[in-house]
Amino acid sequence: MGLAVNLDLTVVWAFLIAFAVFAYVVLDGFDLGLGMLFAIAPEERDRDVMMNSVAPVWDGNETWLVLGGGGLFAAFPLAYALVMPALYAPIIAMLLALIFRGVAFEFRWRTVRWRGVWDLAFIAGSSMASFAQGVALGALLQGIEVDMATRSYAGGWFDWLTPFSVVTGVAVMAGYCLLGATWLVMKTEGDLQDRMRRIAWLAGLATLAFIGLVSAWTPFLQDGYYNRWFTGWGIGLAVLVAGAVLLVAWRMFHSLNVHRHEYRPFLQAIALFALCFVGLGICMWPYVVPVEVTIWDAAAPEKSQMFMLVGALVLVPLILAYTAYAYWTFRGKIDPEAGYH
Amino acid sequence: MFEHADAVLLARIQFAFTVSFHFLFPAFTIGLASYLAVLNGLWLAGYGSVYRVLFDYWKKIFAIAFAMGVVSGIVMSYQFGTNWSVFSDKAGPVIGAPMAYEVLSAFFLEAGFLGIMLFGRERVGNGLHMLATATVAVGTLLSAFWIISVNSWMHTPAGYTIDAVTGQFLPESFWESIFNPSFPYRLVHTVIAAYLTTAFIVGGVGAWHLLRDRSAPNEAARRMFSMAMWMAAIVAPIQIFVGDLHGLNTLEHQPAKVMAMEGHYESHPDGAPLYLFGIPNDAEQRLDYAVGIPKLSSLILRHGWNEPLAGLDTVPDDEQPPVFIVFWSFRVMVGIGMLMLTVGIWSLYARWRGTLYENRALHRFAVAMTPSGLVAVLAGWITTEVGRQPYTIYGLLRTADSAAPLDAAAVGTSLVAFVIVYFAVFGAGTFYLLRLMSHAPRPMEELEGWDEVRGPIRTAGIAPGPAQPEAGGHRRPLPSGRERE
Ligand code: HDD
Ligand code: HEM
Ligand code: HEM
Repeated sequence: MGLAVNLDLTVVWAFLIAFAVFAYVVLDGFDLGLGMLFAIAPEERDRDVMMNSVAPVWDGNETWLVLGGGGLFAAFPLAYALVMPALYAPIIAMLLALIFRGVAFEFRWRTVRWRGVWDLAFIAGSSMASFAQGVALGALLQGIEVDMATRSYAGGWFDWLTPFSVVTGVAVMAGYCLLGATWLVMKTEGDLQDRMRRIAWLAGLATLAFIGLVSAWTPFLQDGYYNRWFTGWGIGLAVLVAGAVLLVAWRMFHSLNVHRHEYRPFLQAIALFALCFVGLGICMWPYVVPVEVTIWDAAAPEKSQMFMLVGALVLVPLILAYTAYAYWTFRGKIDPEAGYH
Repeated sequence: MFEHADAVLLARIQFAFTVSFHFLFPAFTIGLASYLAVLNGLWLAGYGSVYRVLFDYWKKIFAIAFAMGVVSGIVMSYQFGTNWSVFSDKAGPVIGAPMAYEVLSAFFLEAGFLGIMLFGRERVGNGLHMLATATVAVGTLLSAFWIISVNSWMHTPAGYTIDAVTGQFLPESFWESIFNPSFPYRLVHTVIAAYLTTAFIVGGVGAWHLLRDRSAPNEAARRMFSMAMWMAAIVAPIQIFVGDLHGLNTLEHQPAKVMAMEGHYESHPDGAPLYLFGIPNDAEQRLDYAVGIPKLSSLILRHGWNEPLAGLDTVPDDEQPPVFIVFWSFRVMVGIGMLMLTVGIWSLYARWRGTLYENRALHRFAVAMTPSGLVAVLAGWITTEVGRQPYTIYGLLRTADSAAPLDAAAVGTSLVAFVIVYFAVFGAGTFYLLRLMSHAPRPMEELEGWDEVRGPIRTAGIAPGPAQPEAGGHRRPLPSGRERE
């Protein structure tokens, strides 16, 4: 199977779910990154500002995760049924971590004595969730053992844990820190902003290193990946994607430290994620459970996909519109005095 | 530690535990979201600043409860895959779509406008803020619509065929599967339940403050108490009526569940008694120490004293739900329903006598009833879900055949983790909620000038106000300063 795409409903749904996952990764990515950066911003005043910058939007950001999971369940039920048990431990860890992260938004304003505890919950929850998501990604990419006769997961309980998945776990943490730091460059001023610039620089370097490492490693996980990147058109494609990554990264470091731009680094960090995502898509296509189950094997019947598509075509643009409106409403810098009126 | 445990049983316990916890929050926030929209609307319409005081008061509480509802809900949406993967594979083509619609039409709506509702009044103005508040309320109701539809389909499946090869349920008609036979009853009953749950919490808090501080005019406490008591008086009887209809519908589609609710092990060819008390004994298939009113059950369920009612003796043993749990959880729910009705009637009487704000016995009763809605809601769900056993999709897919191919050790470990985390985190959250509720609403005198709709609102509310200069660089005073204790 080459990269040719017949435009059928199943493909449309694969792209829609990929879009939801990407939206999640970028949007909750900067929230989670910001959560990790709490650790190096011990001053209460900075923490208030950081949290205020996402308080009105984090719930909407996290909802993309529900759409990713729910969409998979609805459009590719078999894939959902195979992947979730295979990734049991990282998924449960992520869910528990997201609980701590999510409640910290409300709880830390409700107590003085325990504020430190909820700050810690925020940091630990954000770190754990990011790591677990990266591990899940790596575990999916390296392949899942499946018994198609019984339509069930056939591997063991620790198959997900490999050096590769640990590396992708840390890689995602670094990437989210980059998103969080560039978000804060955009939303803050003064000393905090300067610090975030420096951190964005470091996180950017780390992210770039991990992109290199993971890209070099992935082709050797499965023959299919190797052939895709290193034969025929694949070589050109690989060079193209790698070149684009370097270009975007170079622009990003430039606008961070040379132009000292406010919002561009954030957009460039997102572009970096988008390129990685495209690379991932090229690698996995057309599998939803590499390298056992294609999107067509796992697809729900056409009738289900059609019924949902009608709603999605109306509702997704609407969601994007009011989400944009919410971001627009809370645009601009955070006032550090705000928390003290 | 879990070598001897049964993975399916552990998965069931885990699901029951996490979903019960989850549902406690929506049961409260569905009602509270609507209440907040009403309060804000009344304030904007010029009925007085007391409504604004109440809005700000309950808004803080709402924010915490809602956050807990969200994080516990995300757990639920992944549990289907992690613990019930066979069920997901089989039922996904039919119930996946309504669940996706729930995300698209409800969750995003709530989440998208929640930020504006909590933090955005100064930024968008009162009109749009009202719209956002109402939208959040509509979102919670839409959410209930879709998830209850899915759940009802599992009780009364409709509009599907079964694939001979894969065993998957395939959609035949989404209209029929969404509006399946038990859905209207379950939806109405559950939404009313959420409203009652909220009413009793609001009423209980109002009563608490009336009891605590009798000297002050306590305008806000009076108003919330009075509003809640209207709700109880009007809606509790409706709920009992709807519950009766719901039961009749269940009798039609899931007779074994009703037999368990009623404790009818044996058939009654000429009029079945209504048992008030008894100890169900599944092993012997009889109700021990039964106390009942002759023929009343036939009257309620069949509308005739001497109508016959079949019992569990007509149902094979391996098709019966566990009677003890169903029998007693049903009685807890109905008992609370009757107590709620009592409060409602009593409040009408006190109102008529003009003692609504002085009647300390009534206030004490209302305080005691504060959590009653939550208890009733859980009892109702336990009746419903345990009564469906041994099936997940009634009559078609057994619970034992729905579970993921998991090791007991994996499920057991995650179960322990959920129990510890939920009690710690939601325990703390409940503590913060109670502490907020124990503070009296702000006294009215502080609010000079609030009646003008466009009045100064700088000390409002909850938020870690994201204070940011306007596009032009001009700074407005911002709401902020969450309580620090
Ligand atoms: C405040 C909450 C509340 C109150 C006061 C009541 N219920 Fe209820 N009941 C629920 C909240 C609830 C619920 C949580 O919403 C359930 C669980 C699932 C459902 O459909 O609604 C439920 C289920 C449920 C069922 C099970 C239906 C099924 O699944 O087959 C029946 C027969 C009744 N109720 C009947 C009643 C009656 C006769 C009541 C009169 C006193 C009553 N309920 C009060
Ligand atoms: C929110 C309120 C709900 C509560 C309190 C609740 C409660 C329960 C309980 C107590 C059980 C365990 C029954 C037993 O085996 O003893 C259970 C099982 C289950 N419920 Fe519900 N439930 C709720 C809603 C739902 C909804 C909305 C769905 C589906 C969309 C659902 C699907 C299931 C499934 C799949 C199981 C596992 C299989 C089983 O053990 O029956 N539940 N639930
Ligand atoms: C097993 C079944 C259920 C699943 C899988 C589930 C899933 C979810 C998810 C993922 C969220 C978070 C949404 C967000 O990110 O904003 C959520 C919240 C919510 N759920 Fe559930 N849910 C279930 C049962 C129920 C039931 C039975 C009801 C109501 C009758 C309900 C009503 C709500 C509401 C109103 C919210 C918004 C948050 C809140 O008010 O607490 N859910 N649910």
